[in-house]
Amino acid sequence: MQSLDATFSALADPTRRAILAHLAMGEATVNELVEPFEMSQPAISQHLKVLEGAGLIVRRVEGTKRPRRLAKAGIEAMDQWLGMLRKALETNYDRLDEVLAGMEQDKRGEKR
Amino acid sequence: MSKMTLKTEGDTHVIVTRRFAAPPEAVYRAHTDPAIIQQWLLGPEGWTMPVCINDAKAGGQFRYEWTNGKGSGFHITGELLELEPYSRIVHVERMHLPDPTPDSHIETLFEADGAGTLMTMRMTLPDGKTRAAMLATGMEHGMEASYVRLEGML
Repeated sequence: MQSLDATFSALADPTRRAILAHLAMGEATVNELVEPFEMSQPAISQHLKVLEGAGLIVRRVEGTKRPRRLAKAGIEAMDQWLGMLRKALETNYDRLDEVLAGMEQDKRGEKR
Repeated sequence: MSKMTLKTEGDTHVIVTRRFAAPPEAVYRAHTDPAIIQQWLLGPEGWTMPVCINDAKAGGQFRYEWTNGKGSGFHITGELLELEPYSRIVHVERMHLPDPTPDSHIETLFEADGAGTLMTMRMTLPDGKTRAAMLATGMEHGMEASYVRLEGML
């Protein structure tokens, strides 16, 4: 499993999130990303390197081209942890809603 | 309607917000009174908290122990750093799995929101090793696969 720290660092940058969103539509080479992002080739390459290091994208060799695409495993590892946290908290807070409703009822009971 | 929001802040924090239909005083009490904490801070169905100690004062310590009744369990210990009734709690905590994880720093705010409360919790994102250990507690068993869609992030 890739380091989740690297995954979060990679996702902290808005340009890299935009690149991921772009790659979600299909694979692309560095040159194909230069135009929509209006950035230099080295700048795009640097972002791709960070994303690759975080396990979020993978590259494929096609002649002289190196098209990049999303790596599902990297995204799912991060998803899994955040998903667990979200589910645990939602379950807890739904339960707390009921506890709070009970507390309100007790309070009204005391006043009566 | 989704009442809870959860988002990452940079690569260091997770921010959670949740609205409750009770005033800040009640929601704050539910976070500091052990008898109330024991009723809701339980995680997935089937888990209970047989030990809940919370010395609710600045510098006070707490200890929560969970079990699933099938041999799995873990506990958390922590210290309360700041308590401002009924608006703010700052604490640190660590999980014992059984080795202690690095401390996580958590600030919880309770603000009046109409007749209810808007709670905002800002917590340190645990490191990769800690997250892997947390996933291995078995807390995720019985949870439906609920993947956070990346829409909010991408």
